[in-house]
Amino acid sequence: MQVLFKTRYEDDIHFLAKTGEKIRVGLVVLLLIAAPLFLQNYYLAELGLMLVYAIAGIGLMILTGHTGQVSFGHAAFLAIGAYCHSILISHGVPFSVSVVLTVTLSGVIGMLLGRSASKMHGFYLAIATLAFLILVETFLGEWEAVTGGHAGFKVPALKLFGIPLKAMWQQYYLDLFFVFVVVLGAANLFRTPTGRSFLAVRDSELSARSLGVSVEWVKIQSFGVSAAITGLAGVLLAHHLSYLSPEVFGVLESLKLMLMIVVGGLGSILGAIFGAILISLLPIAISFLRDVLPPAVGQQAGLEPLLFGLIIVVFIVFEPQGIYGRWMKIRFFFETFPYYRKSSFVRQKSYLKTERMR
Amino acid sequence: MSAAATLSVRNLSIMFGGVHAVEDVSFDVNPGEIFAIIGPNGAGKSTIFNLISRLYEPSNGSIHYGEHDLLKLPAHKIVKTGIARTFQNIELFEQATVLQNLLVGRHSHSSGNPLTDFAFLPGVKRSELEHRRKVEDIIDLLEIAQYRDERISDLSYGARKNVELARALCAEPSLLLLDEPASGLNNEETDDVGFWLEDIKHDLGVTLVMVEHDMNLVGSIADRVMAINDGRLITIGTPEEVRENAEVQQAYLGVSP
Ligand SMILES: Nc1ncnc2c1ncn2[C@@H]1O[C@H](COP(=O)(O)OP(=O)(O)O)[C@@H](O)[C@H]1O
Ligand SMILES: [Mg+2]
Repeated sequence: MQVLFKTRYEDDIHFLAKTGEKIRVGLVVLLLIAAPLFLQNYYLAELGLMLVYAIAGIGLMILTGHTGQVSFGHAAFLAIGAYCHSILISHGVPFSVSVVLTVTLSGVIGMLLGRSASKMHGFYLAIATLAFLILVETFLGEWEAVTGGHAGFKVPALKLFGIPLKAMWQQYYLDLFFVFVVVLGAANLFRTPTGRSFLAVRDSELSARSLGVSVEWVKIQSFGVSAAITGLAGVLLAHHLSYLSPEVFGVLESLKLMLMIVVGGLGSILGAIFGAILISLLPIAISFLRDVLPPAVGQQAGLEPLLFGLIIVVFIVFEPQGIYGRWMKIRFFFETFPYYRKSSFVRQKSYLKTERMR
Repeated sequence: MSAAATLSVRNLSIMFGGVHAVEDVSFDVNPGEIFAIIGPNGAGKSTIFNLISRLYEPSNGSIHYGEHDLLKLPAHKIVKTGIARTFQNIELFEQATVLQNLLVGRHSHSSGNPLTDFAFLPGVKRSELEHRRKVEDIIDLLEIAQYRDERISDLSYGARKNVELARALCAEPSLLLLDEPASGLNNEETDDVGFWLEDIKHDLGVTLVMVEHDMNLVGSIADRVMAINDGRLITIGTPEEVRENAEVQQAYLGVSP
């Protein structure tokens, strides 16, 4: 393992402390910026969509992975973001103004949901957020005059500061820009009091309180930040979908977001990004499965949710730290080669409380 | 650091399912003293701490710290009055690092706001560095530098105890409530804790209230001792006086008077 000699507290505040890490992240950033040079439009669109899901994943990660509050209703914030933005720009509101308004609205609705959910735990919270999703979905379907109901809503063409962005690479750079903003912001959050109070509430509400953290307020804030970020993903998603309908933002979409963060690795921003990559590859795997499985199974409508549920369960049982955790192990393996031992990552239980009691 | 003040508890009572866990208990803790609370298991010692830190709602009585009427405050405002605490069963943030735990200890001194934190404005960075400096002082004091970047879940029991004490100190309290600071520690570790507590009292000027079973530790550092049994106060006095008290001896031996 590398030993870091830090000479200033400033060194610790930087999120990329190791040189190797800086290089790796720098390479990924360069690749993402250069992608339009070597990717065809189809793949560029897929990559852009993946970035949008990474944003949504970070949104949910902040709430579930970092604050410990489960939400099975996060697709509702994608819907709120997509619909609110599309409706606003269809009424001639400029893109930049619409993004600010939409993200704010989504955040405020998130805070209200957080307020009513702040006294709930576990199972009840899961049900409450699911109920919220169904409410939003129904509302979007019924309010035909504004949302177009189940007939759908056509998303106006993308325009920024009055300039139409017709080419795929232009839209892609817009997505990429917001990914940078969100990743940077989320990393900032967790090196400052706000983010740490989220972690505190996740791990012990009791001692969080005794150190001056208002647990209710933290939950409201976390729901708000999470919803605002997911709403932003909704804005960008709208331009990828070009046609909105309430069914797109259903339970399955929520499950997909949950799948992303569980598989990626709860509690890390990078995990949300790994999850987004996986989610983008999943449709390929599913269409492959449909071909190889006997038609009676392969053509079943429920194959997708079944697979989602199955993957979540498998990861929770076998790889609770997700792909991110696996990645850490692999990296550690190479850094310490040939000294890696399987037990390096086994939790050290160096005491048993009862043994220590005299 | 908030100014030292007197903690006065009057006629404090709480019931759990019809049983008095604490009944009509009154005591004062003077600024700058080490005040120990002793009593058999289930006597109500931790419950008194939970009442002071407002995690439990008393059925009767009052708690004042200086000019603050604690019963008028919610739990998360208690630390602002200068009272920090540790827990009998160690309540650390398990999946966070030692450093993160200690920085949460600074929460009552920071004015966080999701928007400014998200943008990491220059003011945020400045106060972050300031908190970090304060935290490093405590890390030096309790000699936990080697654990700084470890996750709590990887630490030994003794190290966790130190980290929890350190985290409470990061709040810069004027009064510290310690629930069994030496339980589960070996003799050497217990001696260390004894020295630290005296340092905390003398150098930092913190008033200490501790629940402790180790009578050697209590005898060597406590200025006054309160003995309780079945939620009721038996006696308050110097360690010697309390040790000699007939009722205290009976409570510990389990013989009814
Ligand atoms: N949250 C609670 N709910 C019900 N009973 C409790 C609770 N907390 C404490 N008690 C009861 O109050 C009594 C005192 O407990 P405690 O204060 O923890 O004792 P100790 O003196 O060992 O710290 C015990 O009988 C315990 O069962
Ligand atoms: Mg106790």
